[in-house]
Amino acid sequence: MDMDLITNILFAMVRTGTPLLLVALGELVCEKSGVLNLGQEGMMLMGAVIGFIAALTTGSLIFGVIMSLLVGMAMAMLFGLLAIQLRANQVATGLALTIFGAGLSAYVGTDYIGQALAGFQPMLIPLLSDIPILGKALFSQDILVYCSLGIALAIWLFFRFSRPGLMVKAIGESPDSATAVGLPVIRTRWLALLFGGAMAGLGGAYLSLAYTPLWAEGMTAGRGWIALALVVFASWKVERVLLGAWLFGLASIMHLVLQGMGASISSNLLATLPYLATIVVLVLLSSNQSRSRLLAPMSLGKPYHPAG
Amino acid sequence: MKSLIKKALVSVATAGLMTLSTLSSAVEKPLKVGFVYVGPVGDAGWTYGHDEGRLEMVEKLGKNIETTYVESVSEGADAERVIRKLAQQGHDLIFTTSFGYMNPTLKVAKQFPNVKFQHATGYKRGKNVGTYSARFYEGRYLTGVIAGHMTKNNVIGYVGSFPIPEVVQGINAFTLGLRSVNPDATVKVVWINSWYDPAKEREAAESLIAQGADIINQHTDSPAPVQAAQDKGVFAFGYDTDMTRFGPDAHLTGSMVHWGGFYTDTAKAVLDKQWKAEDVWGGFSAGMVEMAPYNKAIPETVVAQVEAFKTQIADGTFTIFEGPIKAQDGSIKVSEGTKLNDGDILSMNWYVEGVEGSLPN
Amino acid sequence: MKIAIERRPQDSSLMKYLSPVLAVLLTLMAGSVIFALQGQDPWTGLYTFFILPISDSYGLSELGVKAAPILLCAMGLAVCFRANIWNIGAEGQLLMGALMGSWAALSWMDSEGAWVLPAVLMTGAVAGLLWALIPALLRNHFNTNEILTTIMLNYVALNLLLYAVHGPLKDPHGFNFPESALFTDAVTLPLLLEGTRLHIGLAFGLLAGVCIWVLMTRTFLGFQLKVIGLDASAGHFAGFRERRLVYFSLLLCGALAGLAGISEVSGPIGQLVPSVSPGYGYAAIIVAFLGRLHPIGILLASLLMALVYMGGEMGQIDLGLPLAMGSLFQGMLLFFLLACDFLISYRLKISAHQPPAQGHHVGVNG
Repeated sequence: MDMDLITNILFAMVRTGTPLLLVALGELVCEKSGVLNLGQEGMMLMGAVIGFIAALTTGSLIFGVIMSLLVGMAMAMLFGLLAIQLRANQVATGLALTIFGAGLSAYVGTDYIGQALAGFQPMLIPLLSDIPILGKALFSQDILVYCSLGIALAIWLFFRFSRPGLMVKAIGESPDSATAVGLPVIRTRWLALLFGGAMAGLGGAYLSLAYTPLWAEGMTAGRGWIALALVVFASWKVERVLLGAWLFGLASIMHLVLQGMGASISSNLLATLPYLATIVVLVLLSSNQSRSRLLAPMSLGKPYHPAG
Repeated sequence: MKSLIKKALVSVATAGLMTLSTLSSAVEKPLKVGFVYVGPVGDAGWTYGHDEGRLEMVEKLGKNIETTYVESVSEGADAERVIRKLAQQGHDLIFTTSFGYMNPTLKVAKQFPNVKFQHATGYKRGKNVGTYSARFYEGRYLTGVIAGHMTKNNVIGYVGSFPIPEVVQGINAFTLGLRSVNPDATVKVVWINSWYDPAKEREAAESLIAQGADIINQHTDSPAPVQAAQDKGVFAFGYDTDMTRFGPDAHLTGSMVHWGGFYTDTAKAVLDKQWKAEDVWGGFSAGMVEMAPYNKAIPETVVAQVEAFKTQIADGTFTIFEGPIKAQDGSIKVSEGTKLNDGDILSMNWYVEGVEGSLPN
Repeated sequence: MKIAIERRPQDSSLMKYLSPVLAVLLTLMAGSVIFALQGQDPWTGLYTFFILPISDSYGLSELGVKAAPILLCAMGLAVCFRANIWNIGAEGQLLMGALMGSWAALSWMDSEGAWVLPAVLMTGAVAGLLWALIPALLRNHFNTNEILTTIMLNYVALNLLLYAVHGPLKDPHGFNFPESALFTDAVTLPLLLEGTRLHIGLAFGLLAGVCIWVLMTRTFLGFQLKVIGLDASAGHFAGFRERRLVYFSLLLCGALAGLAGISEVSGPIGQLVPSVSPGYGYAAIIVAFLGRLHPIGILLASLLMALVYMGGEMGQIDLGLPLAMGSLFQGMLLFFLLACDFLISYRLKISAHQPPAQGHHVGVNG
């Protein structure tokens, strides 16, 4: 492998990992507050289609991004109405949201198939992008990639150093104790959920406005599920989500690179690599900590019934 | 429902222009034509191309036909039910537009002997089942010739869907065209195991460009590889439809599929009681394969050469799969003077010299 | 004047059964609105969607064909979900059953003998079981979350199926197309009704339902599963062997899904193809919830789900409606059901002043 190839692979790795990273970061915040939303795929698809339509009709990519954030939140509201307000089973609600989002996005996007759009272009950061090997991967990407890094940093700081961050964690661990000390459980969960929705919408918009600027039915192709796996994979730690998203991106790219290099193993078997790798890492992580289930927010997925 | 409105407008607009000479049996009951699609009409690729063909047929035949389509029909147990339903609901002619519908189509055709069936890309026929396909590989040979002139690195990337004969024919024809003008060039193939997954197609294109490919060809359905080439400043060939707008600088040309003429002729034949169950495998000569507009970056001499090839392929004076052809390992696979027959081409599962990687067998 | 949410002293058993009915009615109402927006007459739309597909005996038999694999998967999933084991992997387990069962069928299809078909079905069931064994082992011995491992294994199973159908199991006389040879009569499932495609896979599903009903209501094992599901810590307290229960429910579900897979291949399809399942394993998750994790409910829900699919086809054929209508209906149905379920444990109290509501923790609904 020569230098150029490694540089290019790292560049592609970051791009491939970005939609996963955006969605996983949102879901991480959501899960920290104790809400498990399996509707990522549906929210992503809606973000992708609405973002694309908005950008195409107004000619403004930024407007497209804003609309995708809003539609992601709207989808999350639907989830919140059922899972937070009406205390429905979160797993079933999330699945319903995914099915609903797949249908609705196909329905809304019918007339926008095959339309071209000039998507977000790379923005080179002078000097930094000339750093060998890593420069290109980190400093010659489009604005949404920089956003994803910024958001990751912000969330890391939020949980580490801010009072509200601690509050979210406390609520995810034990809503009852949190209520006892006067923390607003329901309101916090709503905010975390809406943030997750906005991020899923943005992850979808990354696909339809930057990565492959077009709308195609079902274009997320299961990435919402991968993002969900990443959160557990990262054992709810922000820096590990970043690493995991990029690793998955690397695995996806590598199985294609290996084919291009003439690896004589069946492409179908190579295609299983990213998934098997995820399972192996999950096992390593969870078996390391004898009480790994305790890494998850204690109240994850449980409806909260305020007492009184 | 834009398509419904479009349909209505088109049929009104063309009704006046219709020549009813060929259709002496004035329209009492229009011919009902059904389509079974494997993907969503919105895939911008394979199914979209078939639906464009359907719309062209509606435009040409106006009030004499009524069309119905069912999209995203799984090639499992659902196919037989949908095909049967269409036959039961009084469709006279049914197009099943994907390979996986072969056995279900034959099964239903036995139960409805008066309905005419046309199955795309298959090899089994019946009394009332014809097959049709396009010789996509003819267009791919021409893209190969262009690539041979335009490449600087002598490495071409090829984004493949599944290693089925139809795709392998294309890879081989492309490579033969490429090496006819540039014997040093090689083709790297990457399979993504999907017909249609824009992000995956993009990843495949990126990984090929990362490995030095300066032209990307594709046998998948989305324009994502063309977009990747545009962003990376390399060239690309589209597929299915004209993908110029997805990469104005990158898109050299592409092998396009055109079903509309065949659909119109078939429906006409049924209306005129002339229909027979045949195997139609048409290329340039039948108008089923066309080339997308050529990019200005291609030298005029090259365009002229390609157009000359096109004419020769269409009139049969030039055969793409004619020996000597070497297999991947350099051994002679097709000896001098031999032409591969359709059966050999239809079941192709070997690479010509110049393709890297191995075919799953 | 205040509307307050009040917890019922005990869950309303009337609402438990009324809630799905309400959800279906609400879906029909919302569907009418969508049809009206489409410019369709709502009655025609609903009739085409929900009555026309089953207006003749063939349509009814097809309903059984479509429901059979979903029914089998959902029965197994119900046991898992009862015990709070989130198996999202029925799809992969089904595909592995189809794959390995087909391999057995293709190997033995020229043998004479009554043993062949049962052996083929058994191979499919065992393959599904073994595929479910992976997440069970990982959960029991490495604490690995089964939601994720089962999702990942679905992708792996799909790729293995593609590998086999493009490679070792490809029909040698099939011009290298990715399909296996057509199955012979020896490895084809018997039909329940001549002249239709209704095969005994549906009977397997019904039988599984009966067995699961007996298991859940009449055995100590079923009782343990329910207790673990309601409150894992109580289960530990009572000394149940949680690991054993995880193995049992996941393996049972895997075997049923595997059986669904091989039944689909040796029944209506008649050969191994790349697209054995249009997502039966995922649809079954919805069906399990829709059916209250109860065998009778699941039977009704799987028929309803099959009807929505067939309605989606009918809507396209007769009215030119887009396919997405089917998904919209499914999503709405679930949303309404989840919303109506709220009324099982709570009631809305409209009063002039707000009384202090008594709340306490409960586990899962259902």
